[in-house]
Amino acid sequence: MKAGFTPATVLALTCGFAFLYLPILLLVAFSFNESRLVTVWGGFSLKWYGEMLRNRQLMDAAWVTVRIGLVSASLALVLGTLAGVTLARFTRFPGRTVFSGLVFAPLVMPEVITGLSLLLLFVSLDWARGFWTVAVAHTTFASAYVAVIVQSRLLTFDIILEEAAMDLGASPLKTFFVITLPVIAPALVSGWLLAFTLSLDDLVVASFTTGPGATTLPMRIYSQVRLGVTPEINAVSTVLIGFVTLGVITATLIQKRRFADGQKRKA
Amino acid sequence: MTAPDLPAALAPDARLPAEPWNDPKATPLIKIRNVIKRFDGFVAVDDVWLDIYKGEFFSLLGPSGCGKTTLLRLLAGFEQPTSGTIEIDGVDMADVPPHRRPVNMMFQSYALFPHMTVEQNVGFGLKQEHVPRREISRRVGEMLELVQLADLGRRRPHQLSGGQKQRVALARALIKRPKLLLLDEPLGALDRRLREQTQFELVNIQETLGLTFIIVTHDQDEAMTVSTRIAIMDRGRTVQVGTPGEIYEYPNSLYVAGFVGDVNVFEGRVVEAGKDHVTVRSPESGCDIYTDRGIDAVPGQEAYAAIRPEKIEIGKAPPADARFNCVTGRVFDIAYLGSLSTYHVRLATGEVVKVSAANRSRLVERPITWEDQVWLWWPPSASVVLLS
Repeated sequence: MKAGFTPATVLALTCGFAFLYLPILLLVAFSFNESRLVTVWGGFSLKWYGEMLRNRQLMDAAWVTVRIGLVSASLALVLGTLAGVTLARFTRFPGRTVFSGLVFAPLVMPEVITGLSLLLLFVSLDWARGFWTVAVAHTTFASAYVAVIVQSRLLTFDIILEEAAMDLGASPLKTFFVITLPVIAPALVSGWLLAFTLSLDDLVVASFTTGPGATTLPMRIYSQVRLGVTPEINAVSTVLIGFVTLGVITATLIQKRRFADGQKRKA
Repeated sequence: MTAPDLPAALAPDARLPAEPWNDPKATPLIKIRNVIKRFDGFVAVDDVWLDIYKGEFFSLLGPSGCGKTTLLRLLAGFEQPTSGTIEIDGVDMADVPPHRRPVNMMFQSYALFPHMTVEQNVGFGLKQEHVPRREISRRVGEMLELVQLADLGRRRPHQLSGGQKQRVALARALIKRPKLLLLDEPLGALDRRLREQTQFELVNIQETLGLTFIIVTHDQDEAMTVSTRIAIMDRGRTVQVGTPGEIYEYPNSLYVAGFVGDVNVFEGRVVEAGKDHVTVRSPESGCDIYTDRGIDAVPGQEAYAAIRPEKIEIGKAPPADARFNCVTGRVFDIAYLGSLSTYHVRLATGEVVKVSAANRSRLVERPITWEDQVWLWWPPSASVVLLS
């Protein structure tokens, strides 16, 4: 099928993309601005990236964010995989519908509600708010995304492969680790990357559940912007966009390639 | 096509007695006793009782949905019988999970592991038994040699053709030398020519290794070619168990007669039944049918006489003795198959009889043609009388 480009469709496409991405492009462009004034172009420079690296508060926040991302994505991977496997493999057990509803609810839950309810929970449990409360909060909604990805991958997974492995003498547990996991590994990697990305750019839930010493990068940016936008913020935002884009693209590519990467694994 | 010379480690076991199922002293390798399998009120396997002996190539033959694959999965341990017992080599399999059974299976879809090479796939079973790596690679090499895939060991399943995948699946299932190998429609995905060639290879491999095979198939030619014995299944039951010859020559029901090969059936009533003969009077044929094989029936009872098309003689003149086993009609169709021709003859009663005859002379000299008046006759040994 040929894509029929006409002036009208090209215009519609341009407007659509401009609406979506022009603000981001502007931000990226102004991160290379020589001038201190955000809205006036003063020539190309990388100095705000230098400033960004020298800004201790910003760097601390970035480090916290990355650590929370790593921890919550990994926890979400384990929990989400278990939930996904349960939903894909056990098609009938009492309370399955309720369980599936509960697993997927965080996908549609307004972030404010998620954040507020988690805050109430942490307060009533008398947990000191900080790094771990944010990590737990991020795990809760990220595992829902992992569960969706793992479940949909397992639905196309041929269960005969597991039977074949057991038939050849592998115990059910071993079969899961040497057959099922490797075959669905691409889905697991993309699930992890998605969870990491979600954690990286979350502002609302983090603001509700954080405490002293655990300010994440989005929170830091948000609070600095209230004092006025500096090109430094543009620079750090550009880096953040870069990471998120990279994560999403990698996740998509891995999902698409599935196990077609065959040839090069064994030399 | 013959199997290649075997390495010493794969040398065949001692030759097995030809027909252990006729030997009352022989112990079956597999004992299936009153096995019933129900799924949600639907009976997939209904009271099956089978003995299968060491060294057999046993076929489960039947249309799809007759329970043959379920029976195979019961043997492999993927399903548990609702009631009844399965014994393999004297051990009750009730509490033995699939990975502990001395049974391997070749799956219809081959089920090759996509993330492993051919060598890793074939060696998987040995690796589970913690066989030393060096020995695994030696035995994998031998096995790939046996299935003629020695130079494809480093490939991945998606780089193989259908026939090659089939061989990998076979090698993977054979490498542990299971007491019993189960094959679920193993040749179903191959084209006709490759399938016929592979049937003989399967038999060769089975005989050379001295293993016991149970194969599930819906292809009667395949079952006839490869099997020592066949169990014909219908709606979860085994209808008849016997050698290919017994099944073909002495079917015990119309279902079996019609499932294996072509058959002409005349409906009628028993006129006379003795120990060594039966006479059936059939208004459909217009003659009495005399069979030299006794049957337990009383005169007047409804019966069917079944005659294979190739056992009927066809001629333009009546035979010398036309008192029985002789009908006449007109040829209305001829199917020329090269080596054979099948004549469709319509009798005066409207009944159509199929007769096949070898084309010993050339087509152009064909003595019998359309609209010819012909006589059909057959010896008393050609027919069987069935009561159902």
